[in-house]
Amino acid sequence: MGAVFAETALTRRKRLTERLAQGILGLMALSLVVPLVTIVAYLFVQAWPLLSWDFLTSNPIDGMRHGGIWSAFLGTMYLVTASLCVSAPIGVLAAVYLNEYAEDNWLTRMINLAVVNLAGVPSIVHALFGLGAFVLFAGIGRSIIAASLTLAIMTLPVIIASTKESLASVPRSFREACWNVGATRWQTIRRIVLPNSVSGILTGVILQVSRTAGETAPIMFTGAVFFKKIPEGDIFAYSLTDQCMALSMHLYTVTTQVTNAPHALPYAIAVALLGTVLVVNALSIGTRVYLRSRKKW
Amino acid sequence: MVEPKQKKVEVSNLRLSYGKKEVIHGISFDIRQSEIFAIIGPAQSAKTSLLKCINRTLDFVPGAKVSGVIKVDGQDVSKMKNVYELRRKIGMVAPLPVGLPLSIYDNVAFAPRAAGMRNKRALDALVERCLTQAALWDEVKDRLDSLGTKLSGGQQQRLTIARALSHSPEVLCLDEFSIAIDPVTTMRIEEVLKQLREKITIILVTNLVQQARRLADRTMFLWNGEIVEMGTNDVMFSEHPQNRQTYEYVNGIFG
Amino acid sequence: MTQTTVQLNPPPAAQDDAELVLPTRAKRRFTEVAAERAIEGLIHLCGVSAILFVFGIFFFVFREGAPYVFGGDFKLGEFLFSTEWYPTSMGNPRYGVLSLIVGTFSVTALATLIAVPFGLGSAVFVSEFSGDKGRETLKVVIELLAAIPSVVWGFIGISVMNPVIQNVFHAPVGLNVLNGALLLALMSVPIMVSIGEDALKAVPDSYREAALAMGATRWQMVYRVLVPAAKNGLLAAVLLGVGRAVGETMAVLMATGHAINIPHSVFDPVRTLTATIAAELGEASAGSPHYRVLFIIGILLFTITFIVNLTADLAIRGIRKR
Repeated sequence: MGAVFAETALTRRKRLTERLAQGILGLMALSLVVPLVTIVAYLFVQAWPLLSWDFLTSNPIDGMRHGGIWSAFLGTMYLVTASLCVSAPIGVLAAVYLNEYAEDNWLTRMINLAVVNLAGVPSIVHALFGLGAFVLFAGIGRSIIAASLTLAIMTLPVIIASTKESLASVPRSFREACWNVGATRWQTIRRIVLPNSVSGILTGVILQVSRTAGETAPIMFTGAVFFKKIPEGDIFAYSLTDQCMALSMHLYTVTTQVTNAPHALPYAIAVALLGTVLVVNALSIGTRVYLRSRKKW
Repeated sequence: MVEPKQKKVEVSNLRLSYGKKEVIHGISFDIRQSEIFAIIGPAQSAKTSLLKCINRTLDFVPGAKVSGVIKVDGQDVSKMKNVYELRRKIGMVAPLPVGLPLSIYDNVAFAPRAAGMRNKRALDALVERCLTQAALWDEVKDRLDSLGTKLSGGQQQRLTIARALSHSPEVLCLDEFSIAIDPVTTMRIEEVLKQLREKITIILVTNLVQQARRLADRTMFLWNGEIVEMGTNDVMFSEHPQNRQTYEYVNGIFG
Repeated sequence: MTQTTVQLNPPPAAQDDAELVLPTRAKRRFTEVAAERAIEGLIHLCGVSAILFVFGIFFFVFREGAPYVFGGDFKLGEFLFSTEWYPTSMGNPRYGVLSLIVGTFSVTALATLIAVPFGLGSAVFVSEFSGDKGRETLKVVIELLAAIPSVVWGFIGISVMNPVIQNVFHAPVGLNVLNGALLLALMSVPIMVSIGEDALKAVPDSYREAALAMGATRWQMVYRVLVPAAKNGLLAAVLLGVGRAVGETMAVLMATGHAINIPHSVFDPVRTLTATIAAELGEASAGSPHYRVLFIIGILLFTITFIVNLTADLAIRGIRKR
């Protein structure tokens, strides 16, 4: 009787393969965690001597070898805000078109193809586009506006995709109930679909904030500069037609162009940039969780 | 004794295909003013699609092709300029109860507001009237602010009926309204239908043969997109309907 | 039940108050209807905007490079297949990008080689083997990895990977193909994991249950049933990761060194197409052939990533490319 359930060589080998496979896969997953943690920790430790509130709020001095990052940080804030003011409305409306109005024809297929391709364009090509279209052709010149527009085109496809997902998560039965009582498409969208997709849309938009803050290539030739002097502590120090400093660009500059900088400086800038990005990401996740808890169905 | 009545809905040679597959094969029938007209038939007979043709929500289904003529009050529905007027003339209750994610008040006020009604007092009165007619008022009158999606299935179905009544329809279509709700609520709604019949025309699509027998004046047996038989209930549910298939379906010999 | 003679248009269940009657009384305000038309127009416009932007990108980049293509002594064969990139040479500027293409290719290929096992392996692990706790942690890690900006990766390449490579492998320089490939791998793994996981999730549970019911272990089920079933989506995941790697600029600019030549080992420095544009555009004077050629390299990049993403998209739709 016991022989029926006794382990044969075959089952033993199967079990070992299973264990081995699980182990290797788990190790692979783990190997993502380890580099991330060690690298971030190392950066933080190296940056420690320079990290302080002053670092954030004071300007770089002495050929950017000392001082803080205020002008770069403010510039990044301007770029992010301006670009999102353009890409969020266009992206959300485009997603509304794709999910609520578009029919199953060649035009829709082309639009979807265009969105996918827009998402895959290399960041340096966006820079070339921004240079050719906004700085030169439109004559805006290198400025916050030109750089922001360039960034906006870059974030547009992702906002479209994530908004589409949020809209699609609203059950079709709600829309049908509205159509049945004689509401128009837009009335349905305005009263039922959009209010109930807000959490997803907001999450997607906030996520793009962090991505925009980290980009360097698209702004290098369209509006960002190595150095610019602005008064400290004034959040209106830049105007939209100015060129500006940016945190991402600043890291590049200090790492590759500035000689004899104190060892901790580039690390501190990297930590500041990383910190900004992570705080915004956390905000995005927090928004998603909070709004999800207030779900209406 | 049935006197000749005005035709409310006329369907002539209706054909419907989804892509290459034809699901309704050229049917014609009339529905008369102030009657309860039942459509029975097994699942997948295109009964729901038929209703969607009448109120033109089939427009929202990609790949659907309709030919033939449907007239409501003598007007061809495909040629109507204001399709929203048509949809307000026709009330629709879907099989699965749907409470919109709005307050109960807003659920019922949704259609009148969409049509342009703004007067608060009038809306208040309308909401109360519709919820009363749908036999839901007493249960929700103290919590009109609460979410419609949080009601029970039976309550949501009555809410849907209240919503359907809120735009004063002249034709009320019910698509298997009772499959997802309890028998008690079903009975209450059937009482409501009997009262409503005086004033509006009711099209009752149902899988429950007994429901058709109870409520309807005339019944149509639709099978695989074709009309097997149509007539008054006396004949349809008798020992000798015109078609043997009718007798077999009604008595559960096949289904 | 007797019925009185038929009433034409029976009144809806109405009261005395005329305002309660619909639909004859209530009408939407003209401004409301006009606003609705306007916003629907705007929606349609935004809908097609993506097409406009894609064409726009191609058009404006080409516009800057075109004068050299059509006016100068541009020869496509020499451009693509010559390894001699000497744009700043005084008497004899040459614009052969083959070294750069090989640079891009070598870094991307090595990165993909490293990233695929880790990326798809983690996707399988997250989807099939891990518990809820593990899954949540891993998702957070992946999201964090994806959030790190490329310039920070470039900095990591210079400050961390550089000395590590020199010490561990006794390589003469630490800014080379390997450095860039490691960074690109870490950057493209998140995409592979998230899309790969989606692909695996899309396989119906019935496949899993059937395999397990026949006595297969989980690993066998994955290997024999799931991966073949999800192969289109997994392929798309890899391709999208490759697309990301090809298009990456800052990290490779900072970490692969500055030597423009064909690498003979992974420890050789190289230059990618993207890095070249970023490094030289600032110094090329506007309108010069050098300047214009950089834009043409941009077109080349656009084309490469277009093809890669198109293939990935077709793979996701399950259509096999001819």
